[in-house]
Amino acid sequence: MDYKDIIAKYADMPGGIIESFHAIQKELSYLPEEAIVEAAKVFNIPAAEAYGVATFYSMFSTNSRGKNVIRICESAPCHVAGAAEVVAALERELGIKMGESTPDGLFALEFTECVGQCQATPVITINGKPYLDVSPAKIPGILAEYK
Amino acid sequence: MAEEMRIVLRNYGKIDPLKIEDYIAQGGYKPLEKARSMDKEALIDEVKKSNLRGRGGAGFNCGQKWLFAYKADSDVKYVICNADEGEPGTYKDRMIMENDPHTVLEGMAICGYAIGATKGYIYLRGEYPQLVDILNTAIAQAKEKGVLGEFDIEVRSGAGAYVCGEETALIESIEGKRGEPRYKPPYPPVEGLWNKPTIVNNVETFANIPVILEKGGDWYASIGVPSYPGTKVFTLTGDINNKTFFEVPTNTTVRELIYKFGGGIPGGKKFKAVQIGGTSGAFLSEEQLDTPVAFDNMAAVGATLGSGAVFVLDESRDVVDVTTRIAKFFEHESCGKCAPCREGTARMHELMEKLNAGKGSAADIALLERLGRVMSYSCLCGLGQAAPTPVLTTIERFQADYNAKLM
Ligand SMILES: Cc1cc2nc3c(=O)[nH]c(=O)nc-3n(C[C@H](O)[C@H](O)[C@H](O)COP(=O)(O)O)c2cc1C
Ligand code: FES
Repeated sequence: MDYKDIIAKYADMPGGIIESFHAIQKELSYLPEEAIVEAAKVFNIPAAEAYGVATFYSMFSTNSRGKNVIRICESAPCHVAGAAEVVAALERELGIKMGESTPDGLFALEFTECVGQCQATPVITINGKPYLDVSPAKIPGILAEYK
Repeated sequence: MAEEMRIVLRNYGKIDPLKIEDYIAQGGYKPLEKARSMDKEALIDEVKKSNLRGRGGAGFNCGQKWLFAYKADSDVKYVICNADEGEPGTYKDRMIMENDPHTVLEGMAICGYAIGATKGYIYLRGEYPQLVDILNTAIAQAKEKGVLGEFDIEVRSGAGAYVCGEETALIESIEGKRGEPRYKPPYPPVEGLWNKPTIVNNVETFANIPVILEKGGDWYASIGVPSYPGTKVFTLTGDINNKTFFEVPTNTTVRELIYKFGGGIPGGKKFKAVQIGGTSGAFLSEEQLDTPVAFDNMAAVGATLGSGAVFVLDESRDVVDVTTRIAKFFEHESCGKCAPCREGTARMHELMEKLNAGKGSAADIALLERLGRVMSYSCLCGLGQAAPTPVLTTIERFQADYNAKLM
């Protein structure tokens, strides 16, 4: 769906700009500049303010990034459970560093704080889906689901 | 010795959360019916009598808060359920909503009737997309059955900002803005969402309400520690055998949580430290373990109950390293609105990195203590005020770890 159609769906929702950004990211994985400008128009706020919203929240990206967003929890419980090893394994397996996307546009690697699945640390999420008790050995199998 | 006691998780494993019939079969939505037959002030009085205090961290008396919103003169008022649950190591609100969404809806509807609001919002953290469907299904079922009456509930998603758990930042976020805390007063019960009187309560707080209506305020007030009665849900993480959640009366001690419920430390290792209440909480050492997990008892040992996270570290852990990680969290999550927090969290992280790398001196520790003290009273909101707590409490209680890393 075109970003204009997506934003239009939320036009009547008071304060709905954040919901519209979520919906755009579901389709495009990030918020293109034109989409932010369009949202500003629809929600009747200055473009700078809409951009301010887009850049405030860590789940929103104003840069294009891989389709499948992998987030690694680095909060203290995951930290002591070995999150650093999971980071190293993901970087090795994908050939990119944290904060980067794979050249084929398939994956983006990001840090996150606690995602609320702390019963089974370390935790990663892919497009919001949690993977629990992750170890370096489990990484290839998890990534294969998205290839 | 304390046993588990399930109030907010009373239906856990007993009902299909996606079937309203199951909830109703357990007596669900009867308390709402009862509430609606009561005089509003008498209803608020009953909640007050229970002495239920907010489970989102600040521990404010729930009925008292409702009374402020009830008394506020306005045609439009709102009820907000704070499901932002951003405190690292916490997932209790998720357990409640995943397993018994209707108890939260019912608690909100009772509040709506009490204060005179017909619209409610659940502000759900963006990290819980699976819960959007569960909650919307529950809302649709409740509407179809007509149990909510006039009261309407809408789910709004956060987008990964810890500060949005702070009630005025949360309100800004629902309004579609950057989640920056407002200056207080006015407080939300007087001027909240779209400047209308608004009640913001935590998921666990709302989940207690139907049971209080069913069994009475006196019954609730008699459970656990009188100054903070009832139960509390705790989530155990770190070096602990049972990495899971427990709902216990508030007279349970930290030691019981770790050794009785948590099953102790894995691998026969010794206990070193526990952080209570999430990443903004205090670290306790062995000497403080017999403290009951109630608000004022915790405050007496310089701790807060916070979200109910219990993060345990064994003897092999480096407290300075863990605290450095925590300091990074606060630098990242500071919204930047006020200078003491924006600058303070950055400097605090910088100093912790220096100490953790073995490049720090005693003067750096003294500087951290001073910075922490200043932040605790000069920051605009609870984020910056609490950010120094883990640093200050570890410096006080785990000095040996710091000394071992001095240049
Ligand atoms: C930085 C910060 C984060 C917070 N995060 C949460 C949260 O995730 N959930 C919550 O219920 N309360 C959170 N609070 C507390 C809320 O501001 C507010 O006190 C609470 O939602 C009131 O509900 P209660 O009275 O039922 O506890 C946070 C406060 C601060 C300062
Ligand atoms: S600490 Fe990593 S999921 Fe909670």
